[in-house]
Amino acid sequence: MRADEIGAAAAVGAALPIELRGISKSFAGITVVNSVSFDMRPGEVHALMGENGAGKSTLIKIMAGLYQPDAGEILVNGNAVRFASPKEAHAAGIATVHQELLLFPELTVAENIFLGQTPKTALGTIDWTAMRRRARQLLEELDSGDLDIDQKVVHLSVGNRQRIEIARALAQDARVLIMDEPTAALAEQDVQRLMSIVRRLRKRGVAIVYVSHRMPEIFALADRVTVLRDGNLAGAKPVPEVDEPTLVSMMVGRSIDRLYPAKQGKDGDTILELAGVAHRSVVQDISFKLHRGEILGLAGLVGSGRTETALTIFGVTPATAGQILIDGKPAIIASPGQARDLGIAYVPEDRAHQGLIRPQTIEDNIALANLRRLTRGLFVDAAKVAAEARGAIARFGIRARGPEQPVRQLSGGNQQKVVLAKWLATNPRILIMDEPTRGIDVGAKAEIHQLMRKLAGEGMAILMISSELPEVLGMSDRVLVMNGGRIVGQFDKEHATAEAVGTVMTRSYTREQAA
Amino acid sequence: MSGAAFSPGRSNLQRFLSGYGQEIVVLLSIAALFAVVGAVNPRFLSDTNINSIFAGNAYIAIAAIGMSMIIMAGHIDVSVGALIGVIATIAGTLAVKGYPIWMAWSVPIIFAIAVNAAVGTLVAYTRIPSIVVTLGMLSILKGGLISATQGEWITNMPAEFMIAQMRPFGIPSAVWFMVALTIIAALFLRYTDFGRSIYAVGGNMEAARAAGINPERTVIGVFALHGLFAGIAGILFATQLQVIQSTVPPNLELTIITASVIGGVSILGGTGTVIGSTLAAILFACIGSALIFLNVSAYWLRAVLGLMILATVLADMVRRRRDK
Repeated sequence: MRADEIGAAAAVGAALPIELRGISKSFAGITVVNSVSFDMRPGEVHALMGENGAGKSTLIKIMAGLYQPDAGEILVNGNAVRFASPKEAHAAGIATVHQELLLFPELTVAENIFLGQTPKTALGTIDWTAMRRRARQLLEELDSGDLDIDQKVVHLSVGNRQRIEIARALAQDARVLIMDEPTAALAEQDVQRLMSIVRRLRKRGVAIVYVSHRMPEIFALADRVTVLRDGNLAGAKPVPEVDEPTLVSMMVGRSIDRLYPAKQGKDGDTILELAGVAHRSVVQDISFKLHRGEILGLAGLVGSGRTETALTIFGVTPATAGQILIDGKPAIIASPGQARDLGIAYVPEDRAHQGLIRPQTIEDNIALANLRRLTRGLFVDAAKVAAEARGAIARFGIRARGPEQPVRQLSGGNQQKVVLAKWLATNPRILIMDEPTRGIDVGAKAEIHQLMRKLAGEGMAILMISSELPEVLGMSDRVLVMNGGRIVGQFDKEHATAEAVGTVMTRSYTREQAA
Repeated sequence: MSGAAFSPGRSNLQRFLSGYGQEIVVLLSIAALFAVVGAVNPRFLSDTNINSIFAGNAYIAIAAIGMSMIIMAGHIDVSVGALIGVIATIAGTLAVKGYPIWMAWSVPIIFAIAVNAAVGTLVAYTRIPSIVVTLGMLSILKGGLISATQGEWITNMPAEFMIAQMRPFGIPSAVWFMVALTIIAALFLRYTDFGRSIYAVGGNMEAARAAGINPERTVIGVFALHGLFAGIAGILFATQLQVIQSTVPPNLELTIITASVIGGVSILGGTGTVIGSTLAAILFACIGSALIFLNVSAYWLRAVLGLMILATVLADMVRRRRDK
């Protein structure tokens, strides 16, 4: 069935809060959205999926009034409309919770909820008393009455900020709520809370456009799913009629029979060994071995000490107890520079802050970790830098105009490849990857996974930290599970099932049990 | 606002202190300065001196109100000192040439609004950083002023033109202006949509756009408003002495920017109050006067101001890092 048929079948007698018909939009001659139809029913969660660049963002920006379509119609309650600005979309009952939460850090919670539509007194001035009272009401309706409405937003966590954006949408009396990758930056507890809020909104009759890469959420929440590919509608289906492989093949346009590449070759010698390593009380008694050619998965909840362990191995927070052995010889790693000299590379979780200098070019970013090698005399050898960058673009399949393109113009997946290229240019033997595919789309994810497998096949030892259980289970040759700053479980590939790993990950340990 | 509305855990006092911390620090500094310097040299507390501290520097506080709004919106204006000089010269010239007094007052103010609205338009739509645009404007205004006046002073202005020297109810009119404009601006910033959108645009421009605010229009509006305050400051500056020199006090724009920053306006935009900037302007005036009464070279004033700027910005950065 096509999306419009499904829409028509359900819409009998009911006005749709928003309907798009044959929407097209191009930028600088490149068609980004091509004749896409999409509709929302009251009280449904409608997932919108597609790889980065498939046109999801453009489509939701058109619904939100940020872009105007070149062709096609937008209907609200059956009436054709044109949104000249976000304000007009708000007035039509369409609100957006943006991926990069658009809040004002120095203003209070209450004001963030109402800015742009503040309650007024008879004099036309802002009525602070009414604003604060209504803000409290709204947050209580969202089961978030614990938020202090007079607090400045700068003090709040990502999860709380998101609830403020949702409250803002409710304050606008939104009938359609667009959520752009709402769980991308959330910790697990916040994800659960968000999902219960989404269900609550659905019960109130709000139609929710749910943009996400995460399959489990789609299957847990969504009623329908629409998939875009290269700006075209790849299909729209009720969720019960699809499964994960179907969705993936709709997204990438080919079926991915194996989501994760198979292991090639055998593990080599032990290259890295930790014996009773600790950093203060954050991580304790960490012991494991990492072999050449092995991908070792480090699973655990956010805050379980995985990243902290990586930072200790990489010398950012040097070990305060225990021993780290490289090739069987005790090593002292007191700084990232020493770690690099020992052949360790760390690809951080937070690309934007730790991994890349976004306004700079691909070649400058790649050169950054290798300046010493790329310097001749006093000067950086520009030809060598460019050659290195061109090599990396080819080797990693980075989609870019060339080595001189600024990194910020690349998609998330390609940015991640630049980070990888940068660290691999140091010729490491041990590669630590923290959330290697967070926030990137299915296609780019598969490429990164293939790359990891290839590197391991060439003898690289890889320690992978991931919060996505399917990734941990699919990629790892062995899985270590952390909980409360300690390693609490170890599984071979055969024994690493979602149930087994998940149970150990989430169990609450007392000190005795953990030790 | 009722006390019960606040959530438990933080008392109203704590909240008040965290919301107005910088203002309280500046206010306490002023009080401490009066107490200490007054004890050393009681003439510091004389009517004449207190009058000269407040009346002589009110125009700086008024210009700092506009500057605070500019900085809150995420911009800066380094041309305001030169603009005040130009306004004073236009006003004085009109008054001496026999134009009606109301014109001598209002024409320069309208000129200042127009100049700054133009600057704001350039900043908003071309996205040239405001420091570059206003540096250009600084040169244009300074060069134009010296060429036009040939460095001559304006004297023999009619008595009814000298608004800053008037004393309604025994208090210099400049002080009335300072107090009234500070209160009006504070209410405006808190209770109007435009006032709040200044904070919003300075705090997060894209968020402001998504909330239905037109950031370009807000920036132009803020610059125009800043022009209004600079215009009033210029008229007070023109009329406080019997002569208008073709040079303004050197580094006047720096003093004004410093007042905003020390008054608690974050140089990164999005936060601050005009009460703070007015108090800070008063604090500078007190420090300047105190140095004289303590027989310290007035040149130390610049060094003290510099240290205060660095300390304040440092405190702001530390606070932001802690908040992250």
